[in-house]
Amino acid sequence: MDRFMWVTTISLIKGEFEVIQKHNVRIYDGDNRTNFDCGTLRLTSHQLIWDDQLQDRTISLGLNLVQKTEEVIAGFNRSAKIILYLQSKPTSQEPGPKISSQFNYIRLSFRAGGQSEYYAALCNQLSRKRWITQVTNQRQATRPSGRHMGIVGIERKIEQKQKETQSTISQAFSDLNALMDKAKEMVAIADRVAKKIEEKKGQLSDDETVQFKSYLLSMGINDPVTREEHGYGNKYHEELAKQLATFLKSLIEKSDGLMTLTDVYCMYNRARGIELVSPEDVFIACKLFESLKLPLRLREFDSGVLAVQSESHSVEVIVEKITKIIKSKGCITAEELSPLVKTSITVAKEGLSAAENLGMVCRDDSVEGLRFYLNRFMKDP
Amino acid sequence: MTTAKQLANFQWPWQYDFPPFFTIQPNVETQTKQIQAWCELVLDYQKHIKSYAIDVQESLSSPLFHNAKIKRKLPIDGVYLVLNALKDKGLLEWQDKKMSRALLMWRSAEEWAKLIFNWAERSGMTNTVCTLYELQLGNDVKKEEFYEIETWVLKRALRVLEKKGKAVMFDIQPNDNDNSGGVKFLS
Repeated sequence: MDRFMWVTTISLIKGEFEVIQKHNVRIYDGDNRTNFDCGTLRLTSHQLIWDDQLQDRTISLGLNLVQKTEEVIAGFNRSAKIILYLQSKPTSQEPGPKISSQFNYIRLSFRAGGQSEYYAALCNQLSRKRWITQVTNQRQATRPSGRHMGIVGIERKIEQKQKETQSTISQAFSDLNALMDKAKEMVAIADRVAKKIEEKKGQLSDDETVQFKSYLLSMGINDPVTREEHGYGNKYHEELAKQLATFLKSLIEKSDGLMTLTDVYCMYNRARGIELVSPEDVFIACKLFESLKLPLRLREFDSGVLAVQSESHSVEVIVEKITKIIKSKGCITAEELSPLVKTSITVAKEGLSAAENLGMVCRDDSVEGLRFYLNRFMKDP
Repeated sequence: MTTAKQLANFQWPWQYDFPPFFTIQPNVETQTKQIQAWCELVLDYQKHIKSYAIDVQESLSSPLFHNAKIKRKLPIDGVYLVLNALKDKGLLEWQDKKMSRALLMWRSAEEWAKLIFNWAERSGMTNTVCTLYELQLGNDVKKEEFYEIETWVLKRALRVLEKKGKAVMFDIQPNDNDNSGGVKFLS
């Protein structure tokens, strides 16, 4: 028992690792019971550490001191034990929990069971003798270091780390809050710049400036329609529809009078920035265009694709445009058509199939892709 | 099989070089026009190569349904669409249940019947008996359109006349390709 040393902080040295631990272990000094009871016995690659959290005491025994081991199976009224036969105490060692002992062996009593597993792990670690390579470092590592010692030290360290994390998080969120506060202002600025550019429209010729202007125009909505203002009934959706109509007016003209509902939803929410609306609300609002006599229509294509269409851009107009393009090009795919009419490929496809349904174009489906031609079949007498 | 020489002076319709011709059009009206054009092409083609039989698998790779120049091929569904349209017009008969081979008349039995009867009247053959062989390969018919007509087509045409009471057939064998027997045209 006198081979044990006090430990202030459980810290493993480089290359050392924990193998197994068991609770409720009592140490016997030879045949005698000691008051080192109900502790946790950890086995590392280098040492045995017995640790009692209640009384805050920790002792350790280097595996290099273990000469021989023996396992005693549990019996009636007797818990399972492991017996460790130890070498004589090294002369250089500092005094431990017991100054001297008449026994050259200790017994470990596993009152919560599990000694077989522990015994196997112990034998395994003893045979590997990992401590030999780092015997010099070991001494330093077991020595107390720093001001915070023991379990309290560990707890303090954890606490400190938590505090740091907390402050990082709150800092991040305070930035976000500030951004949210500024969002309205920024939207107002964007709007002002957009208006100014709009005034000077005639003087702008640069492509880039025009593009910049269009970005700004599609950027901000000053006074988004919210449920707080308009409640949960029809009124909210009506107001939303009205705002959508004004918002989409210029955008939809630019994309040739047709935008898919998904595009509408994305652009509208991007412009709102905060106070986002749900897809469902946008959908309901778009359905109200007609009854509110707004110049937009929600249109469902045969394929099920939903799109918002300006009233002035009916299918016939699109079909006419498509036939004109095909006439000049000979044939076209939806992919080639989409940039020419400034719409998404989905819309271009819908336009082509509308033209096909009207008998204006016909298709050539080959390995080269799906191409559309003017419908010469119908023109042939 | 058809040779290139045979097709050298064949007049392909404009549709043959129009890629959408080889895709079955989803628009019903367009498709009707398209199939109509195909039917005409198949008849003209078969007439040009003087063939009454059509094998679906063979025809798939023949120039009829495969335009190598524009790299387009009428898919098999399309071929059946065309051939069945011809069947509906009474110009085609499937030879088997699997519809792999068919007999094609580029002129309907009624039309043939009319041609043959006109010839009989013109050349004073009414009320006399002709053999089927004479009608097919006789010296008197060398300049007629039905010269070298296949036996089965001839028999169908004569049956039309018989039904109308314009001809009576003798010693006709049930086998489509047996040209023994004769016919008497009635004035």
